[in-house]
Amino acid sequence: MNWASWSEFFAMGGYALYVWGSYGVVFGLLAMEIVLLILRKRSILQQLAHVHSAARRSMR
Amino acid sequence: MMYVTPENTATGQDRFVDHSSWFKYSSPQTFFPLAGKLVPWFAVAALLLAAAGLYIGFFVAPTDSQQGEAYRIIFIHVPAAWMSMFIYVVMAFWAGVGLTFNTRLSGMMASALAPTGALFTFLALWSGSLWGKPTWGTWWVWEARLTSELILLFLYFGFMALQAAIDDPRRADKAGAVLALTGVINIPIIYFSVQWWNTLHQGASVSLKSAPTMAATMFTGMLVMVLALWMYSIAASLMRVRCIILERERDSQWVAEYMSSHK
Repeated sequence: MNWASWSEFFAMGGYALYVWGSYGVVFGLLAMEIVLLILRKRSILQQLAHVHSAARRSMR
Repeated sequence: MMYVTPENTATGQDRFVDHSSWFKYSSPQTFFPLAGKLVPWFAVAALLLAAAGLYIGFFVAPTDSQQGEAYRIIFIHVPAAWMSMFIYVVMAFWAGVGLTFNTRLSGMMASALAPTGALFTFLALWSGSLWGKPTWGTWWVWEARLTSELILLFLYFGFMALQAAIDDPRRADKAGAVLALTGVINIPIIYFSVQWWNTLHQGASVSLKSAPTMAATMFTGMLVMVLALWMYSIAASLMRVRCIILERERDSQWVAEYMSSHK
Protein backbone atom coordinates (compact mmCIF):
# COMPACT_ATOMS: atom_id res chain seq x y z
CA MET A 1 0.00 0.00 0.00
CA ASN A 2 1.38 3.37 -1.06
CA TRP A 3 -0.60 5.71 1.15
CA ALA A 4 -0.66 6.15 4.91
CA SER A 5 -3.92 8.18 4.77
CA TRP A 6 -6.52 9.47 2.36
CA SER A 7 -5.17 13.00 2.64
CA GLU A 8 -1.78 11.70 1.57
CA PHE A 9 -3.49 9.94 -1.34
CA PHE A 10 -5.24 13.12 -2.47
CA ALA A 11 -2.05 15.16 -2.11
CA MET A 12 -0.25 12.86 -4.63
CA GLY A 13 3.15 13.80 -3.24
CA GLY A 14 2.61 17.45 -4.21
CA TYR A 15 1.49 16.64 -7.76
CA ALA A 16 -2.26 16.69 -7.03
CA LEU A 17 -3.01 19.40 -9.63
CA TYR A 18 -1.32 17.46 -12.43
CA VAL A 19 -2.49 13.95 -11.53
CA TRP A 20 -6.11 14.85 -10.63
CA GLY A 21 -6.21 17.41 -13.42
CA SER A 22 -5.47 14.58 -15.86
CA TYR A 23 -7.81 11.95 -14.44
CA GLY A 24 -10.61 14.42 -13.71
CA VAL A 25 -10.73 15.77 -17.25
CA VAL A 26 -10.39 12.32 -18.85
CA PHE A 27 -13.23 10.71 -16.90
CA GLY A 28 -15.30 13.90 -16.98
CA LEU A 29 -15.17 14.14 -20.77
CA LEU A 30 -15.70 10.40 -21.30
CA ALA A 31 -18.82 10.55 -19.10
CA MET A 32 -19.96 13.60 -21.04
CA GLU A 33 -19.56 11.77 -24.35
CA ILE A 34 -21.84 8.97 -23.12
CA VAL A 35 -24.44 11.45 -21.83
CA LEU A 36 -24.40 13.30 -25.17
CA LEU A 37 -24.84 10.00 -27.05
CA ILE A 38 -27.84 9.06 -24.87
CA LEU A 39 -29.39 12.49 -25.48
CA ARG A 40 -28.69 12.24 -29.23
CA LYS A 41 -30.47 8.88 -29.48
CA ARG A 42 -33.38 10.16 -27.41
CA SER A 43 -33.81 13.20 -29.63
CA ILE A 44 -33.74 11.10 -32.83
CA LEU A 45 -36.33 8.70 -31.43
CA GLN A 46 -38.54 11.62 -30.40
CA GLN A 47 -38.30 13.17 -33.88
CA LEU A 48 -39.01 9.84 -35.55
CA ALA A 49 -41.95 9.14 -33.24
CA HIS A 50 -43.37 12.52 -34.19
CA VAL A 51 -42.91 11.95 -37.93
CA HIS A 52 -44.33 8.43 -37.86
CA SER A 53 -47.39 9.35 -35.80
CA ALA A 54 -48.06 12.24 -38.21
CA ALA A 55 -47.72 9.84 -41.14
CA ARG A 56 -50.17 7.42 -39.58
CA ARG A 57 -52.70 10.22 -39.00
CA SER A 58 -52.50 11.35 -42.60
CA MET A 59 -53.13 7.81 -43.82
CA ARG A 60 -56.43 7.57 -41.97
CA MET B 1 -29.54 -23.12 -47.86
CA MET B 2 -28.99 -19.79 -49.55
CA TYR B 3 -31.84 -17.38 -49.77
CA VAL B 4 -32.05 -13.67 -50.21
CA THR B 5 -34.66 -11.22 -49.09
CA PRO B 6 -35.35 -7.91 -50.74
CA GLU B 7 -34.60 -5.11 -48.38
CA ASN B 8 -36.56 -1.93 -48.59
CA THR B 9 -34.13 0.88 -47.93
CA ALA B 10 -34.05 4.60 -48.35
CA THR B 11 -31.24 4.67 -50.87
CA GLY B 12 -31.96 1.48 -52.74
CA GLN B 13 -28.41 0.28 -52.07
CA ASP B 14 -27.76 -3.09 -50.47
CA ARG B 15 -31.06 -4.33 -51.82
CA PHE B 16 -30.42 -7.92 -50.99
CA VAL B 17 -29.39 -9.29 -47.64
CA ASP B 18 -27.90 -12.75 -47.63
CA HIS B 19 -29.12 -14.12 -44.33
CA SER B 20 -26.97 -17.22 -44.54
CA SER B 21 -23.65 -15.50 -43.96
CA TRP B 22 -21.82 -13.10 -41.70
CA PHE B 23 -22.19 -10.47 -44.39
CA LYS B 24 -25.72 -9.89 -43.26
CA TYR B 25 -24.26 -7.70 -40.51
CA SER B 26 -22.87 -5.38 -43.17
CA SER B 27 -26.43 -4.12 -43.57
CA PRO B 28 -27.34 -1.24 -41.22
CA GLN B 29 -30.75 -2.83 -40.67
CA THR B 30 -29.33 -6.05 -39.23
CA PHE B 31 -26.40 -4.40 -37.48
CA PHE B 32 -28.60 -1.93 -35.59
CA PRO B 33 -30.15 -4.44 -33.13
CA LEU B 34 -26.88 -6.39 -32.82
CA ALA B 35 -25.00 -3.22 -31.83
CA GLY B 36 -27.74 -2.45 -29.32
CA LYS B 37 -27.27 -5.85 -27.69
CA LEU B 38 -23.46 -5.50 -27.56
CA VAL B 39 -23.27 -2.01 -26.00
CA PRO B 40 -24.08 -3.00 -22.37
CA TRP B 41 -21.48 -5.79 -22.39
CA PHE B 42 -18.69 -3.51 -23.58
CA ALA B 43 -19.82 -0.79 -21.16
CA VAL B 44 -19.71 -3.15 -18.17
CA ALA B 45 -16.32 -4.52 -19.28
CA ALA B 46 -14.99 -0.95 -19.55
CA LEU B 47 -16.17 -0.08 -16.03
CA LEU B 48 -14.74 -3.24 -14.44
CA LEU B 49 -11.41 -2.92 -16.24
CA ALA B 50 -11.14 0.79 -15.38
CA ALA B 51 -11.79 0.02 -11.70
CA ALA B 52 -9.12 -2.70 -11.73
CA GLY B 53 -6.66 -0.54 -13.70
CA LEU B 54 -7.08 2.46 -11.41
CA TYR B 55 -6.67 0.27 -8.34
CA ILE B 56 -3.41 -1.15 -9.70
CA GLY B 57 -2.25 2.27 -10.87
CA PHE B 58 -2.83 4.06 -7.58
CA PHE B 59 -2.59 1.40 -4.89
CA VAL B 60 -0.40 -1.42 -6.19
CA ALA B 61 2.16 0.22 -8.47
CA PRO B 62 4.99 1.76 -6.42
CA THR B 63 6.07 5.40 -6.42
CA ASP B 64 8.56 6.20 -9.18
CA SER B 65 12.07 6.86 -7.90
CA GLN B 66 12.66 9.80 -10.27
CA GLN B 67 9.27 11.35 -10.90
CA GLY B 68 7.53 10.64 -7.61
CA GLU B 69 3.74 10.47 -7.86
CA ALA B 70 3.58 12.61 -11.02
CA TYR B 71 4.36 9.52 -13.10
CA ARG B 72 0.90 8.08 -12.24
CA ILE B 73 -0.45 10.15 -15.14
CA ILE B 74 1.05 7.38 -17.30
CA PHE B 75 -1.92 5.08 -16.55
CA ILE B 76 -4.26 7.42 -18.40
CA HIS B 77 -1.88 9.25 -20.75
CA VAL B 78 -0.37 6.27 -22.58
CA PRO B 79 -3.68 4.38 -23.00
CA ALA B 80 -5.38 7.57 -24.30
CA ALA B 81 -2.51 8.18 -26.73
CA TRP B 82 -2.60 4.58 -27.98
CA MET B 83 -6.36 4.74 -28.49
CA SER B 84 -6.04 8.04 -30.38
CA MET B 85 -3.79 6.34 -32.94
CA PHE B 86 -5.53 2.97 -32.97
CA ILE B 87 -8.99 4.46 -33.50
CA TYR B 88 -7.63 6.48 -36.41
CA VAL B 89 -6.32 3.33 -38.10
CA VAL B 90 -9.64 1.52 -37.55
CA MET B 91 -11.52 4.58 -38.83
CA ALA B 92 -9.35 4.73 -41.96
CA PHE B 93 -9.81 0.97 -42.42
CA TRP B 94 -13.62 1.25 -42.41
CA ALA B 95 -13.45 4.32 -44.64
CA GLY B 96 -11.30 2.33 -47.07
CA VAL B 97 -13.67 -0.65 -46.98
CA GLY B 98 -16.55 1.71 -47.74
CA LEU B 99 -14.66 3.27 -50.60
CA THR B 100 -13.75 -0.12 -52.08
CA PHE B 101 -16.94 -2.12 -51.62
CA ASN B 102 -19.43 0.76 -51.46
CA THR B 103 -21.05 -0.64 -48.32
CA ARG B 104 -23.12 1.87 -46.38
CA LEU B 105 -22.33 0.58 -42.91
CA SER B 106 -18.56 0.99 -43.36
CA GLY B 107 -18.86 4.73 -43.84
CA MET B 108 -21.17 4.94 -40.85
CA MET B 109 -18.60 3.09 -38.73
CA ALA B 110 -15.88 5.51 -39.82
CA SER B 111 -18.09 8.48 -38.95
CA ALA B 112 -18.98 6.92 -35.59
CA LEU B 113 -15.32 6.44 -34.62
CA ALA B 114 -14.09 9.96 -35.44
CA PRO B 115 -15.44 11.92 -32.42
CA THR B 116 -14.23 9.29 -29.93
CA GLY B 117 -10.80 9.26 -31.61
CA ALA B 118 -10.65 13.05 -31.51
CA LEU B 119 -11.61 12.99 -27.84
CA PHE B 120 -8.79 10.57 -26.99
CA THR B 121 -6.32 12.67 -29.00
CA PHE B 122 -7.32 15.73 -26.99
CA LEU B 123 -7.07 13.75 -23.73
CA ALA B 124 -3.60 12.46 -24.66
CA LEU B 125 -2.48 16.04 -25.32
CA TRP B 126 -4.17 17.32 -22.16
CA SER B 127 -2.74 14.67 -19.82
CA GLY B 128 0.62 14.96 -21.57
CA SER B 129 0.64 18.68 -20.95
CA LEU B 130 -0.14 18.14 -17.27
CA TRP B 131 2.65 15.59 -17.13
CA GLY B 132 5.10 17.79 -19.01
CA LYS B 133 4.78 20.73 -16.63
CA PRO B 134 6.18 18.99 -13.50
CA THR B 135 8.70 16.80 -15.39
CA TRP B 136 9.94 19.01 -18.25
CA GLY B 137 9.01 22.37 -16.77
CA THR B 138 6.75 23.26 -19.70
CA TRP B 139 3.11 22.68 -20.70
CA TRP B 140 3.93 22.46 -24.38
CA VAL B 141 6.91 22.29 -26.69
CA TRP B 142 6.94 22.16 -30.49
CA GLU B 143 8.76 18.87 -30.80
CA ALA B 144 8.04 15.93 -33.11
CA ARG B 145 5.88 13.70 -30.87
CA LEU B 146 3.68 16.49 -29.56
CA THR B 147 3.35 18.24 -32.91
CA SER B 148 2.44 15.06 -34.82
CA GLU B 149 -0.17 14.20 -32.16
CA LEU B 150 -1.62 17.71 -32.56
CA ILE B 151 -1.77 17.10 -36.33
CA LEU B 152 -3.74 13.92 -35.56
CA LEU B 153 -6.30 16.04 -33.71
CA PHE B 154 -6.59 18.30 -36.77
CA LEU B 155 -6.98 15.26 -39.04
CA TYR B 156 -9.94 14.09 -36.94
CA PHE B 157 -11.42 17.61 -36.99
CA GLY B 158 -10.84 17.85 -40.74
CA PHE B 159 -12.57 14.50 -41.31
CA MET B 160 -15.59 15.52 -39.25
CA ALA B 161 -15.80 19.02 -40.75
CA LEU B 162 -15.56 17.66 -44.31
CA GLN B 163 -18.32 15.11 -43.67
CA ALA B 164 -20.49 17.74 -42.03
CA ALA B 165 -20.04 20.09 -45.00
CA ILE B 166 -21.39 17.60 -47.57
CA ASP B 167 -25.15 17.05 -47.53
CA ASP B 168 -25.28 13.70 -49.34
CA PRO B 169 -24.03 11.15 -46.76
CA ARG B 170 -22.66 8.74 -49.36
CA ARG B 171 -20.59 11.49 -50.99
CA ALA B 172 -19.53 12.69 -47.54
CA ASP B 173 -18.34 9.14 -46.79
CA LYS B 174 -16.26 9.05 -49.97
CA ALA B 175 -14.65 12.45 -49.43
CA GLY B 176 -14.00 11.63 -45.78
CA ALA B 177 -12.46 8.28 -46.74
CA VAL B 178 -9.92 9.94 -49.04
CA LEU B 179 -8.91 12.33 -46.25
CA ALA B 180 -8.80 9.56 -43.62
CA LEU B 181 -6.65 7.29 -45.79
CA THR B 182 -4.24 10.11 -46.68
CA GLY B 183 -3.87 10.98 -43.02
CA VAL B 184 -2.81 7.44 -42.06
CA ILE B 185 0.74 8.50 -42.98
CA ASN B 186 0.73 10.52 -39.75
CA ILE B 187 0.34 7.43 -37.53
CA PRO B 188 3.83 5.94 -38.10
CA ILE B 189 5.20 9.48 -37.86
CA ILE B 190 3.71 9.83 -34.37
CA TYR B 191 4.79 6.36 -33.34
CA PHE B 192 8.39 6.55 -34.55
CA SER B 193 8.88 10.29 -33.90
CA VAL B 194 10.75 9.57 -30.68
CA GLN B 195 13.24 7.45 -32.65
CA TRP B 196 13.53 9.52 -35.81
CA TRP B 197 14.01 12.86 -34.12
CA ASN B 198 15.76 13.97 -31.02
CA THR B 199 12.67 14.68 -28.99
CA LEU B 200 12.02 15.84 -25.46
CA HIS B 201 9.37 13.14 -25.20
CA GLN B 202 10.71 9.93 -23.74
CA GLY B 203 11.09 6.84 -25.91
CA ALA B 204 8.63 3.97 -25.91
CA SER B 205 8.25 2.39 -22.48
CA VAL B 206 6.80 -0.70 -24.10
CA SER B 207 7.83 -2.35 -27.35
CA LEU B 208 7.21 -5.68 -29.02
CA LYS B 209 10.90 -6.53 -29.25
CA SER B 210 12.12 -5.94 -25.73
CA ALA B 211 10.80 -6.34 -22.20
CA PRO B 212 9.05 -3.24 -20.81
CA THR B 213 11.45 -0.83 -19.13
CA MET B 214 9.23 -0.42 -16.09
CA ALA B 215 8.08 -2.30 -13.02
CA ALA B 216 5.78 -5.24 -13.75
CA THR B 217 2.90 -3.73 -11.74
CA MET B 218 3.20 -0.42 -13.62
CA PHE B 219 3.08 -2.30 -16.91
CA THR B 220 0.07 -4.36 -15.80
CA GLY B 221 -1.81 -1.25 -14.65
CA MET B 222 -1.18 0.44 -17.98
CA LEU B 223 -2.27 -2.61 -19.96
CA VAL B 224 -5.52 -2.97 -17.98
CA MET B 225 -6.27 0.72 -18.59
CA VAL B 226 -5.63 0.23 -22.31
CA LEU B 227 -8.18 -2.60 -22.32
CA ALA B 228 -10.65 -0.44 -20.37
CA LEU B 229 -10.39 2.39 -22.91
CA TRP B 230 -10.65 -0.13 -25.71
CA MET B 231 -13.94 -1.47 -24.34
CA TYR B 232 -15.13 2.10 -23.75
CA SER B 233 -14.32 3.06 -27.34
CA ILE B 234 -16.24 0.10 -28.74
CA ALA B 235 -19.26 0.86 -26.53
CA ALA B 236 -19.25 4.58 -27.43
CA SER B 237 -18.76 3.92 -31.18
CA LEU B 238 -21.56 1.35 -31.24
CA MET B 239 -23.87 3.83 -29.47
CA ARG B 240 -22.94 6.48 -32.03
CA VAL B 241 -23.28 4.21 -35.06
CA ARG B 242 -26.80 3.36 -33.88
CA CYS B 243 -27.62 7.09 -33.86
CA ILE B 244 -26.10 7.52 -37.31
CA ILE B 245 -28.02 4.52 -38.68
CA LEU B 246 -31.32 5.90 -37.40
CA GLU B 247 -30.55 9.38 -38.74
CA ARG B 248 -29.53 8.20 -42.19
CA GLU B 249 -32.20 5.52 -42.61
CA ARG B 250 -35.03 7.50 -41.07
CA ASP B 251 -37.19 7.26 -44.20
CA SER B 252 -36.77 3.52 -44.63
CA GLN B 253 -39.43 0.89 -44.08
CA TRP B 254 -37.48 -0.95 -41.38
CA VAL B 255 -37.09 2.18 -39.25
CA ALA B 256 -40.85 2.74 -39.53
CA GLU B 257 -41.39 -0.85 -38.38
CA TYR B 258 -38.86 -0.39 -35.59
CA MET B 259 -40.66 2.74 -34.43
CA SER B 260 -44.07 1.07 -34.41
CA SER B 261 -42.75 -1.90 -32.45
CA HIS B 262 -40.89 0.28 -29.89
CA LYS B 263 -43.56 2.62 -28.66
